[in-house]
Amino acid sequence: MRRLSTFNIVSLTLGFAFLYVPMLILVIYSFNESKLVTVWAGFSTKWYGELLQNEAMIDAAWVTIKVAFFSSTLATVLGTMAAYVLVRRGRFFGRTVFSGMIYAPLVMPEVITGLSLLLLFIAIGLDRGVLTIVLAHTTFAMCYVSVVVSSRLVSFDDSLEEAALDLGASPFEAFRLVTLPIIAPAVISGWLLAFTLSLDDLVIASFTAGPSSTTLPIKIFSSVRLGVSPEINALSTIIIAIVTLGVLTASIVSKRQISQRLREEAQAG
Amino acid sequence: MAVSGKDDVFAPWKDATAEPLIKINGVTKRFGDFTAIDNISLEIYPQEFFALLGPSGCGKTTLMRMLAGFETPTSGVISIDGQDMSTVPPNKRAVNMMFQSYALFPHLSVWENIAFGLRRDGLDKEKIAARVEEMLKLVQLGKFAKRKPHQISGGQRQRVALARSLAKAPKLLLLDEPLGALDKKLRQETQFELMDIQEKTGTTFVIVTHDQEEAMTVASRVAVMDHGQLIQVETPEVIYEQPNSVYVADFIGDVNLIEGSVSGLDSGAELAWAEGRDPLIGQPGASLSKGQSASFAIRPEKIAISAEEPQDRRNRVQGKILDIGYLGNLSTYHVELPDGPIIKCEVGNRSRIERRDFTWEDEVWLSWSDTAGLVLPR
Amino acid sequence: MRRLLVGVPYVWLLVLFLVPFGIVLKISLSDIALAIPPYTPTLDLSGGWAGIREFFSQLDLENYVFLTSDDLYWKAYLSSLQIAVIATFLTLLAGFPIAYGMARAPEEWRPALLMLVILPFWTSFLIRVYAWIGILSTEGFLNQFLLWTGLISEPLTILNTNTAVYIGIVYTYLPFMILPIYATLERMDASLLEAAEDLGCSRIQAFWLVTLPLARPGVVAGCFLVFIPTLGEFVIPSLLGGSDTLMIGKVLWEEFFNNRDWPVASAVAIILLLILIVPIILFQRNQQLNREAEQ
Repeated sequence: MRRLSTFNIVSLTLGFAFLYVPMLILVIYSFNESKLVTVWAGFSTKWYGELLQNEAMIDAAWVTIKVAFFSSTLATVLGTMAAYVLVRRGRFFGRTVFSGMIYAPLVMPEVITGLSLLLLFIAIGLDRGVLTIVLAHTTFAMCYVSVVVSSRLVSFDDSLEEAALDLGASPFEAFRLVTLPIIAPAVISGWLLAFTLSLDDLVIASFTAGPSSTTLPIKIFSSVRLGVSPEINALSTIIIAIVTLGVLTASIVSKRQISQRLREEAQAG
Repeated sequence: MAVSGKDDVFAPWKDATAEPLIKINGVTKRFGDFTAIDNISLEIYPQEFFALLGPSGCGKTTLMRMLAGFETPTSGVISIDGQDMSTVPPNKRAVNMMFQSYALFPHLSVWENIAFGLRRDGLDKEKIAARVEEMLKLVQLGKFAKRKPHQISGGQRQRVALARSLAKAPKLLLLDEPLGALDKKLRQETQFELMDIQEKTGTTFVIVTHDQEEAMTVASRVAVMDHGQLIQVETPEVIYEQPNSVYVADFIGDVNLIEGSVSGLDSGAELAWAEGRDPLIGQPGASLSKGQSASFAIRPEKIAISAEEPQDRRNRVQGKILDIGYLGNLSTYHVELPDGPIIKCEVGNRSRIERRDFTWEDEVWLSWSDTAGLVLPR
Repeated sequence: MRRLLVGVPYVWLLVLFLVPFGIVLKISLSDIALAIPPYTPTLDLSGGWAGIREFFSQLDLENYVFLTSDDLYWKAYLSSLQIAVIATFLTLLAGFPIAYGMARAPEEWRPALLMLVILPFWTSFLIRVYAWIGILSTEGFLNQFLLWTGLISEPLTILNTNTAVYIGIVYTYLPFMILPIYATLERMDASLLEAAEDLGCSRIQAFWLVTLPLARPGVVAGCFLVFIPTLGEFVIPSLLGGSDTLMIGKVLWEEFFNNRDWPVASAVAIILLLILIVPIILFQRNQQLNREAEQ
């Protein structure tokens, strides 16, 4: 019934153009023949070829994916536990400190998190490498996971779990058979969030990485400092394509699930 | 009790010289393919308490929103106080609306909510304060002036919404399901309060509701709507006692409907309803012709129940008691006739220690007078 | 079972979040040294009680005194605050109309619009900042475009200035501003605007008197969500800013990696945290109030 005014249309158009034109330019110029990134010299995919030849880049990508996979999985387990504890288990000793530690990393400047973790690793004499990055990423990503999962847990009906206990399930069975399937979508999005945060992180990784464990963002950053390069454009395009595909797939799947559920509910009357 | 003269009864719709406040003339409203309002013409008079009644989706809300100015008719003309309203925006109409959700501004106090419309008119401060105080007194909320909407109860919010929409002394007040969010007891109290306030302020009220009891209680006239059309526009008594269609009879109150065909029109209307049975006799509810299929409509409270066959009534049927409901002030019997139909009848429990003579499975007689039922075309 | 559930994440955060802070605090009170690790004193538990006393007696506030005496740090804090405030305001100016347009859009468009806002958030932050280097450089696309339209005759210097930093911040943090504002506007009961009109408001008056005050919680939340991370931002000033762009995150980084002065870097971090505590507490309070108002 409400109609968009001209003002609304203009602000939406300009706003989304602002959000997307820079990335679009990046994608288009990744197919540029010329080494000069801002001058169009014809279509070519040669920078993609060169990117695949760049072994340092491929190694960095491999390290990044490894780190992201392990840290996000660990963060999902820890974050889900933390969320469950905070939402479900009323009071316990040190609860305030605990919830403070969960929320603090969300607002902590990355430079401080990175610095403090590095100083810890040095103090305990842990050599910097893949392990230290995984530990660092798990720590801040688990906080994001716990926020995502607890928002789902809050809206979750307590009596479902009580019903399971009433029917003879042990607390662990009740969690595994009732709670977990219901909060699964939140747990999955928590994992995805943790994975992307880890893939994306430059600052904390820079502090906690050793010479043999350069991640992709560190590699990109050091090369970008020297200016724009078509190879980085090609890499960016690949990342943008993967993210877009991933997000689209996820949203289509969840939309299907929702509409299927609505349909089933409608049929059930 | 003094019987008032016929002239004193408030019925401007019967007075040919009365000037209506609202004239709705051949109005149609379409949303895409969907016709929400289908060629409606209606006149509403000053100081009326007019109810638009119908199930959800019947078009009553659309009609009200056109009066407020939030929708414009696809065709036809609405005029208020003689002025064509088609180009007048909502903020320039002497019409105010009380929203179903109340739409109280959550960031403003009760006082500021009521003052909101007055401030838009640029009244000076003392006048605004005086008017707000007056409205707070009218709805008995003086103590709550400083509270925010979320700090008062549902019933109080409803009264704030009423005060806010009355503050500008509109010619016409529209009420969209004003009592829908209240529980039953509070709703009944508030109905009488609404009537009181309407009488005190002399404002014309148009109320939209799907609750027939509410419409019957408060309204001077009720318009029953269905599928974007007006089915009957009449006073509550007429709507109840002389519905013009099966739809209205069924929508308003409880009714037994027995299907058959018109077999005679000599003394009232006769309806043949089952082989080998005497026809039922009632009054024609609309123009009928012989042989037409029709329904016999009889309200449960108009049926008498007895053990012996009543000889003095032509409308009598025998059946078996299927169910008894004791409601305190009255008892309901569901009686199954041998040919299938189940008739509901209500008997008032007038004395406190009354022997209830009937029980389940008893054979009983049901009877009613020749004028108690209506024969309505189907 | 229950102990395990509480204990594992608890100990994890204790060891990897709280203890590191203690270390930062301690090092900020130490002196720089040409050693590995490059600071003194180091805690040596073999010295027993006397060793611990000795250790504490060597801690001092010298680094904090140094921070106040060298005006580089003061200027960096102030200029970070200034850049964060201005950038937050600019993000609000850009974000509000978008959020408003989204909330007014037909209902069936909204999920798609929402996804268009969230999508960049999933894309690498670094890449989104990088994208602007090619646009803002002297021979970049923006200058090419402006020269082509004839608006300018000489290319503008935008990259490596504060302007570029503002653009970068607005661009990368825009979703954080749009989402909370959109959430409050979308939740708003449409009949409130009709009620305002019914009581005599024009459309524009209704916007100022009803929409804007009701959007305030979302606006406040969005501003904090942009302001807090911007204050400690490192990537944007170091890629888009110039040598005169002073931001504290960059100073900390350089102090640590280039000068290898860990005690001063730690002191810089501690002060930054102290500055951040105020907006963080205000933000928490705002969120709390919003939750209460919803109930």
